[in-house]
Amino acid sequence: MDLYEEKSGISVDINATDPNTYQEQINSYLQGNPDDVFQWFAGYRGRFFFENGLAENITDVWDEVGDGFSEAFKIASTNDAGQQIFLPLYYYPWAVFYRPSVFEQNGYTIPETLDEFTALCEEMRADGLTPIAFGASDGWPQMGTFDYLNMRTHGYQFHVDLMAGNERWDSDEVQAVFETWADLLPYHQESPLGRTWQTAAQSLQRGESGMYVLGLFLNQQFAEGEDREDLDFFNFPEIDPAIGSDAVEAPIDGFMMRSDPGNEQNAKDLLKFLGTVEAANTYVGIDAQIGAHLDTDTSTYDALQLKSADLVRNAANISQFMDRDTRPDFAATVMIPELKRFLANPNAIADVTNSIQAQADSIFPKS
Amino acid sequence: MATPSLPPADTSPEGPRPQAPDNKKLQLMTGRDRLVLAFMVGIPAIFVLGFVWVPALISVVLSFTRWNGIGPVSDIQWIGFQNYTDLVTIYPQFLPAVSNNLLWLAVFFFIATPLGIFMATLLDREVRGTAFFQSALYLPVVLSLALIGFIWQLIYSRDQGLLNAMLGLDGTARIDFLGDADINIYFVLIAASWRHVGYIMLLYLAGLKGIDPALREAASMDGAGEVRTFFSVIFPAMKPINVVVLVITVIESLRAFDIVWVINKGTNGLEILSALVVSNVIGEASRVGFGSAIATILLIISLVFIVIYMISIYREDSPK
Repeated sequence: MDLYEEKSGISVDINATDPNTYQEQINSYLQGNPDDVFQWFAGYRGRFFFENGLAENITDVWDEVGDGFSEAFKIASTNDAGQQIFLPLYYYPWAVFYRPSVFEQNGYTIPETLDEFTALCEEMRADGLTPIAFGASDGWPQMGTFDYLNMRTHGYQFHVDLMAGNERWDSDEVQAVFETWADLLPYHQESPLGRTWQTAAQSLQRGESGMYVLGLFLNQQFAEGEDREDLDFFNFPEIDPAIGSDAVEAPIDGFMMRSDPGNEQNAKDLLKFLGTVEAANTYVGIDAQIGAHLDTDTSTYDALQLKSADLVRNAANISQFMDRDTRPDFAATVMIPELKRFLANPNAIADVTNSIQAQADSIFPKS
Repeated sequence: MATPSLPPADTSPEGPRPQAPDNKKLQLMTGRDRLVLAFMVGIPAIFVLGFVWVPALISVVLSFTRWNGIGPVSDIQWIGFQNYTDLVTIYPQFLPAVSNNLLWLAVFFFIATPLGIFMATLLDREVRGTAFFQSALYLPVVLSLALIGFIWQLIYSRDQGLLNAMLGLDGTARIDFLGDADINIYFVLIAASWRHVGYIMLLYLAGLKGIDPALREAASMDGAGEVRTFFSVIFPAMKPINVVVLVITVIESLRAFDIVWVINKGTNGLEILSALVVSNVIGEASRVGFGSAIATILLIISLVFIVIYMISIYREDSPK
């Protein structure tokens, strides 16, 4: 922001709030007297505010800075009417994390299909490792596993339609996803519901677990330096060869503009600046995420960041994560408890999916 | 939730106070006195009305609507009892939440509160190191329930917890105290009771100190043992404190929230009504109408206890 003030001579007040509090208060914040430009998420979670008249179309900003972003990012920033409403700043991918040293020591190879993945799990178990670390107490990390299983089984578009309420949760398709998950659960760390993702990550860090499906933020649990260098990931394996594995889950954070801003011109100028490569470079210089801008300077990236950028650049589609791709009220009040119910009793798939659908019917507007 | 005002300490249950002097006093009031009185009663009344009853009534009204909390009031859709129907038919967290709230109340009422009273009577005996025991028991009360949730998570944790280590359990034998939906509520109740016992102990101890020692002496002269003295003499004499303790027990049980919220936001066996209200209304989720319906149920449960309390108060105050 300082860089921008220098260049433009417009002073910018920054309103920094703790992210969890911010997310919980976003509704009242936007309905009160918000700042002209606010930080938020791509995907449905951003469109939700646009549709409720709390955020503004910024297509003209995109016309100027849009070249800096890939097509997949543009799609994630666009609403149903084809207008851009969101400007990406940075992102982090979800993948299967592992310690290369553990893989090397035991002679494991990176699995590319579900069968290879399952075989690897068997191998790890035989070697006395917990194949997949798992902590589900917070409620949201398990959404990542569901999203990947769903996208690998039925493709990106099905994920989008399901999240938007256009596909049924009690369908055979969704049940099949849960069944695959139930088959994999025995390879997961036991009793996940009382464990936070941090504790689960530590089991990977200590070499007790072999793999962990999580976001790049996992590296926070690894001390910088040698410990963190011994962390790598691979793309979630393919389940159906017809679908492939080119959809990647990579939540994007960025900016939106409030509706009826106090100074629209300045707000848009600021957004245009935030869409430049300088802004992206400044940001990744402070926070070890991956800049959304295509030309972001990668010289400061560590190996994981480079690999993440690569994974996302080669992705045909980028999903935003369940709680960003669907209605926030549905994700928080239905999916978190229901996924926990499934994890507590993996045999009750039909019961869980019927319950999700019944609640979805009451939440999604009837078309 | 505001603590209901308590009846004046009336240690002689025999006679209601004479009415005559009160009437005389009223007649003697000047216009200014009346004005002052009106202010002193009126302003708190307005606050209670404005900050307690008006929002409560609005919640009840909103519970018959569908509204996401965004946009003008005209966006609110009236859907009748739909939210209530949904609560019992398609919301699997609701019934466990009601039963957990009642369980909470039962455990506090039948176990934690009596235990606190018992501790208070013991400490009232001036045993050696009373100050130490008092502070030890009272310490948890100083901590917020959120912090208590955190402390007990360290004890209960499956992988790194103290309790599993002390039990010497390893590998698959370890107990997932907070993750197993069949048992976790009981272990949370232990943690919550840990605090509640100290609270009740302190209140009761303060009351016991106010008991005239002559009562005890008289009882022992009449040949009553310790237990008999407590139940036949001390306990009835403590009536005002007993009411406070009862009210606090009910309040603490119904407003239980923080401890389950820090553990897992009130899911997976730890559902309680207040946590469901918060996750539906406060967060980004904003199912305002649906959340209000849950809040209304909580209000109704509270009202049952408020009504019981009020009836007993009025019965006491009215002349026999």
